[in-house]
Amino acid sequence: MKKVLLAVSALALFAGPALARDQIRIVGSSTVYPFTTTVAENFGKTSGMKTPVVESTGTGGGLKLFCSGAGEDTPDMTNASRRIKKSEFEDCAKNGVSEIVEIKVGFDGLSIAASKEAAPMKLTKEQIFLALAKQIPDKDGKLIDNPNKLWSDIDASLPKQKIEVLGPPPTSGTRDSFAELAMEPGAAKIKPLADLKKADVKAYDAVWKSMREDGAFVEAGENDNLIVQKLQANPAAVGIFGFSFLEENSSTIKDVEIDGVAATYETIASGDYKMSRPLYVYVKKQHVGVVPGIAEFVAEYVSEKALGEDGYLGAKGLITLPGADAEKSRADATAMAVLTIDGLK
Amino acid sequence: MTDTFDKGNAAFIAKRYSSERRFRAYGAAALAISVLFLVYLIADIGIRAWPSFFEHRAVLEVNLDASKIPAGNVQTGDFEGVVRTAFRGGFPGITARSDLKSLTSLLSAGAADDLRQQTVANPASIGTTVKAGVLLADDADLYLKGMLTDTVKTPGKTNLQLAQSGDEFILTGDLSQLAAGQIVRANGGALRIASIEAGLARAEAVMPPVTLNTLAPGTWDILSFSHAEADRRIDDRQVVWLESLRDKGAIEKHFAWRFFTNGDSREPELAGLRGAIAGSLLTLIVTLSLSVPLGIAAAVYLEEFAPKNKWTEIIEVNINNLAAVPSIIFGLLGLAVFINFMGLPRSAPLVGGLVLALLVLPTIIIASRAAMKAVPPSIKEAALGVGASHQQAVFHHVLPLAVPGILTGTILGVARALGETAPLLMIGMVAFIVDVPKGFTEAATVLPVQIFLWSDLPEVAFQSRTAAAIIVLLGILFCLNAVAIYMRKRFERRW
Repeated sequence: MKKVLLAVSALALFAGPALARDQIRIVGSSTVYPFTTTVAENFGKTSGMKTPVVESTGTGGGLKLFCSGAGEDTPDMTNASRRIKKSEFEDCAKNGVSEIVEIKVGFDGLSIAASKEAAPMKLTKEQIFLALAKQIPDKDGKLIDNPNKLWSDIDASLPKQKIEVLGPPPTSGTRDSFAELAMEPGAAKIKPLADLKKADVKAYDAVWKSMREDGAFVEAGENDNLIVQKLQANPAAVGIFGFSFLEENSSTIKDVEIDGVAATYETIASGDYKMSRPLYVYVKKQHVGVVPGIAEFVAEYVSEKALGEDGYLGAKGLITLPGADAEKSRADATAMAVLTIDGLK
Repeated sequence: MTDTFDKGNAAFIAKRYSSERRFRAYGAAALAISVLFLVYLIADIGIRAWPSFFEHRAVLEVNLDASKIPAGNVQTGDFEGVVRTAFRGGFPGITARSDLKSLTSLLSAGAADDLRQQTVANPASIGTTVKAGVLLADDADLYLKGMLTDTVKTPGKTNLQLAQSGDEFILTGDLSQLAAGQIVRANGGALRIASIEAGLARAEAVMPPVTLNTLAPGTWDILSFSHAEADRRIDDRQVVWLESLRDKGAIEKHFAWRFFTNGDSREPELAGLRGAIAGSLLTLIVTLSLSVPLGIAAAVYLEEFAPKNKWTEIIEVNINNLAAVPSIIFGLLGLAVFINFMGLPRSAPLVGGLVLALLVLPTIIIASRAAMKAVPPSIKEAALGVGASHQQAVFHHVLPLAVPGILTGTILGVARALGETAPLLMIGMVAFIVDVPKGFTEAATVLPVQIFLWSDLPEVAFQSRTAAAIIVLLGILFCLNAVAIYMRKRFERRW
């Protein structure tokens, strides 16, 4: 027993620091994870190099790790379901990560859907806001706690059915996107709130960022599959989740049109469906050439067989970029164009 | 009280009895409810998991073309190409590029893997035609398992006349068997019924029929579905192709060994647990070899040798508290100490094992101390009485008698370590790792993390894989507990 103990403690002490790494390490968004892993697997199969390790840490956590420094013990790439923030970029620069390459890989649509058995429904963003915001303006423009109990309370054309919406919790990137892509535009269309936006942006932001807590909006967990299953069991509820889950489960759930546009591959790619967000992969240029395979991996990611119209990422549910954007991504990836702080928020 | 003794109050006694009966009933009901929940849970997971243990293969005559598979370097041969050619060869009528693509998408991305292995083992087969089972893709597999739609095949019992007008086909005659949305397979083609009007059915070609003969009873059949084409992930054409393969007997169902022999993959039909099982094993080796000796040593010292003062009391309280600390805290500690300070590699079983060792250490110490406390003091006193030193008394007499209790505590600790995911998130083991880890410093993941990662993927087929992985994890835990019970029974001694 003593020998084992000695052997293990010796191993623990002398194994590190990390040896020269020959495997690409990627962290970041769980939304981009299904796509990056697909590329990683194909890269591993065809290149003869080691298959990259892809961690699912969330966008924020991924960027934090990515920006923690340049060196073999930091990740080479990170997935993000939103653009890098100015503060994160500055954090990166401070820690010596001075050359970041940004590659836009596609879009993710946020869909609102219900069970196939439910009555058909069409919503506008304004109605979504009125159904889900914690506080809404009353007739006089004064903010009151959301009184709407039934969909028909919002608009007579909507079904006489209890408002019950299943969505992601605040820790999820999907929730942030939903607030930005549906709640904010919805709020902006309501006159008193549009006035508030001009007068007091902070107060306005608080209004569209606060979701109801009286049971009409149910935080159903990070796992989109769980929301889908709950919708199947409860035809009265409506759910919010990523488009790929809608596509995979088209036999049991159906889309709710937003502002008259249904979420389909085509409408999201063309930009007609407004509730979609771009997905990014960030590459640490300083690691290119140090960790073998990064340039080849990035080339695989933007290649026609992956990112193209008929590519394998499309088959996995990624909404691929339209022609010109795809060309730009390809050019960025080939040239390893370094991101600058201009234009970041 | 006096009531009971003085009067022998019958009503009071009856009340006592009924109170006891009620209590027993509550106990039995509580037990029954727990058993019910457990049975429901396991049955539900089991039913979901079952399809994942099987896979469908298409049996093809594959020509191992020597020009595509170089005899000198079989491994790099274009097996995908020859398999694709063989698969398409079974459907000579299909030539358009998009149709071919749709047809080939029925094959798994790893369809040629088995054939490649066979050929590497038997290079003499190059240049010949061999019979090979090629793996089908997840959607085709789900369809054949009946999980995308229920397909009913009905033989045609009436006479139908078939005519073509432009792109449209018209069926006339006895239409009693037909309904819109069904597929009629006849004359080497397949027609989807678009609408039925008085006396005629309009249909569009899924696969154009070769001839326009009259359809006699028995020469045609109907496929009807529980889900319309728009509602499933496989289109009518693909269904017709798969059904024609099934009719030819070219579809085989096998036990999915690759679920245990493959590493992780993004293709559900290729994804396996070997990487996760190897990762769990490596992690547990590190955990056990650290926490068991340390835990037992600490327990022996604290129980038998340590002076009873304020310091040992503080240590005791802290050990008890540590056992209740949320596991994610240990992950944070692991990240700060082992990775950032000591510079150990991320995602490695070594770090995972260290973190989990810290996690189970308090459990092992507490269980070991309790086991030693349970050894009758007379045994130690007898040893001391015949002149044994304190150390001899402990190591020769107390510790061996405490082994069953220590083992139980250890196995419970291991079972906890085997099921942890939260602390591993911080140290990078929640990751997609294809290569099966072979050493303590290679990137690895563990079983519960694999379950967590699969549960979050959009592909429907992964939901069944998730359930199957849970069954495997439960099976391993069950075996561990069985070992614990066996060991306890074996070493147990009664006084």
